[in-house]
Amino acid sequence: MKLKALFIAATLVLGGILLSGLDAVHPFGVPGDVAMDEYFLDHAVEERSSENVVTSIVFDYRAFDTLGESAVLFTAICSVVMLFRKGRK
Amino acid sequence: MRKPLSLVARTVCDLFAWFLIIFGVYVIIHGDVTPGGGFQGGAIVGSFMALLLVAHGGDRVLEWVKTSVYWIMLFVGLMMFIGFGLRGIPEGTFFYNFLAVPHDVAKTMAHGLIPFSGTIGVMDIAVGIEVAGGLTVIILSMFRGIVLHDFADSRKETGHDG
Repeated sequence: MKLKALFIAATLVLGGILLSGLDAVHPFGVPGDVAMDEYFLDHAVEERSSENVVTSIVFDYRAFDTLGESAVLFTAICSVVMLFRKGRK
Repeated sequence: MRKPLSLVARTVCDLFAWFLIIFGVYVIIHGDVTPGGGFQGGAIVGSFMALLLVAHGGDRVLEWVKTSVYWIMLFVGLMMFIGFGLRGIPEGTFFYNFLAVPHDVAKTMAHGLIPFSGTIGVMDIAVGIEVAGGLTVIILSMFRGIVLHDFADSRKETGHDG
């Protein structure tokens, strides 16, 4: 029972710390630093001539992220195939 | 799980599965002008195999399909993506868009095969091939796993070697 009270106290303290952190959270709907956004919106079409700015970010400006996503997908496929592999009889 | 659906459902699934492929390829190759792209179009193409498996109950499809084709699609897509990224190194950086043309030149061109938006279209196609093959591999191997568990004693945990 003493341990349970300790857990409840720890939960309350941790929750209080996390909730008090909400003060420092960025306000919703208000952009912070818009330099990158404005650069992409202004220059993506002229530089890369792709009419879809999202695609030009995903496959050109931040293609390294997409490479990581592909690696994650490949790892997931290998894991699934290993998990569902027919075992040795 | 292994029993096929009725004749009507099978016929409709057979008919519409090919339109699903056409729509997925459309989403992939128009990734640089319309919403969507390689991942989304690849997922649409991958759902082709799920539709066939559900409609036919798996037995016919599993003996008809070759999983190695989809592994090859996965590897070819990933290698195309990495290869076009490496090809940009002599021009500048990794993933440099060496095929891009300026926008005023591109506006006068018809929406041709590749050099409209440079490597973005190529990357779209590569990721589309990779995701289509990979999701089909996942669907097929998961279905094989389910079929395997139908025969085994499912109340007892045996492991793969047991």
